[in-house]
Amino acid sequence: MTPARRRGRLRRIVNGALRRPGPLLVPAGGWLLLFFALPLAIMAAYSVMPRGTYGGVDPGFTLEHYARFFDPLYLSMLQRTTVTALVCTAICLLLGYPVAYAIARAGPRKNLLLLLVVLPFWSSFLVRTFAMIFLLRDSGFINGLLLRLGLIDAPLTLLYTPFAVMVGLVYTFLPFMILPVYASLERLDPSLLEAGAVLGARPAARFRRIVLPLSMPGVVAGCLLVFVPALGSFIPSDLLGGAKHMLIGNLVQNQFTAARNWPFGSAASFVVMLAVLLGVLLYLRQRDRMPGGTV
Amino acid sequence: MSGRLPRWLGVVVAGVYLFLHLPLLVLIAFSFNESRFSAAWTGFTLEWYRRLLEREDILLGLRNSLIVGLTTTALATLGGTLLALALARHRFRGRRVAESLLYVPLVTPEIVVGISLLSLFAAVRISLGLGTIIVAHVAFCLSFVTVVVRARLADMDSALEEAALTLGADELSVFRRVTLPQLAPGIAAGALLAFILSFDDYVITSLVAGSGSSTLPVVVYGMVRRTIEPTVNAISTIVLVVTAVLIYLADRLSRGYAR
Repeated sequence: MTPARRRGRLRRIVNGALRRPGPLLVPAGGWLLLFFALPLAIMAAYSVMPRGTYGGVDPGFTLEHYARFFDPLYLSMLQRTTVTALVCTAICLLLGYPVAYAIARAGPRKNLLLLLVVLPFWSSFLVRTFAMIFLLRDSGFINGLLLRLGLIDAPLTLLYTPFAVMVGLVYTFLPFMILPVYASLERLDPSLLEAGAVLGARPAARFRRIVLPLSMPGVVAGCLLVFVPALGSFIPSDLLGGAKHMLIGNLVQNQFTAARNWPFGSAASFVVMLAVLLGVLLYLRQRDRMPGGTV
Repeated sequence: MSGRLPRWLGVVVAGVYLFLHLPLLVLIAFSFNESRFSAAWTGFTLEWYRRLLEREDILLGLRNSLIVGLTTTALATLGGTLLALALARHRFRGRRVAESLLYVPLVTPEIVVGISLLSLFAAVRISLGLGTIIVAHVAFCLSFVTVVVRARLADMDSALEEAALTLGADELSVFRRVTLPQLAPGIAAGALLAFILSFDDYVITSLVAGSGSSTLPVVVYGMVRRTIEPTVNAISTIVLVVTAVLIYLADRLSRGYAR
């Protein structure tokens, strides 16, 4: 075959591949099936198999790993994780809503204010958590400042407390709240507010009866976008909380590294995964109900 | 909406912006501080940056991160772009389901992705190393690239492509001369996103990395857990600046197209 004919054949093959969806789907679809779906299936299988003597699993079927969650130790951990994620969501809403509101009303400075929210959001997760350690530790920036101002005599214990974990989580997830709430406030038609004002509603009433209800899709999206990842978070509690403030993410990691109880770790992981999928289903239903709204 | 905000609201907003930025600014400032332990400013130095160059573990981590990041970016961008094309330009059974499933990797906690991959690698007895890290990174970057490229394709007018086909161009020419030039900013934005995600990942990498294949975040994580030294501030500052530049580029590219 001459080079020209070979190129012609190659061209026909490429043309054929571009004409149908199959060849375009296969590389990424295959990768995701092999290295995303299959691993999850294996994890699910591990979670109902007996623990192996030397780590790993033994063949068989058992529900003992799920039963272990009813142990008071793990029940309290599940509860702590849920409460932590809920409180984090509430704080993010309380802090994030005013910011989203201010950005939506900022006029020409809007883009700059938005960029300033997105910038830390995109910076390295690890670096942000390290920045928190640097501020909160005994010889850190905050204690140093307070000592020098004479406000305290001895450093406050800020790091390795539930407080530090919460600050780290809020610091990490706050932009997830601000952005969707901003998106829904941005779409709000200003003439509705003018109409409210003309009809005699005071600013507080206009906010409560017009702005707040219309921004609810953004609020729901934001709450889910904070709650779901907070539930499965690992780094803030690991680096800022110390061993006493483990969340379920740390439990999973611990079972796969130090404790070497893979089936129990898989079961814990599966519980997190189910909670996350539930959250996503709620989010998608909410999004489909709100016209043109993607965040 | 515009107009004046109540004063108390202004204070809350300013406080949140301070909360978002002060930690990083302090971190950066103290990477230039002379004192090793003090939380007080003692003088300007570049010592900590110089010391980075002597740390073999950091340099090896950086090398591994770059190998993993670049390979991941190439594979995820290629696969993600093709998948986006299939979803945006073809009708087939299960397309809507496929589009919904695409969001699952975006929201799955990293710890779940990490341990499930570790289970797979253990089940088929693949030894851990740079290869397993790349496999894992491509798996979680693919969806991000696809979503970004898919969004660009949705904004593009497919009538141009149809016109070119009608006028007798074959599929390859249409792709090269019509689709690709319009799509390039979206592909570039997706590629930068993939690189940033890969370069920044700790949780998944730490689970599927073998000995000697630690990436930069894994090395830094170990340093942070042991002790806080200003070299960590220095490497963090570098990572921050590099990611900020990449984000800025990705943003410019995706907007440059939209306008």
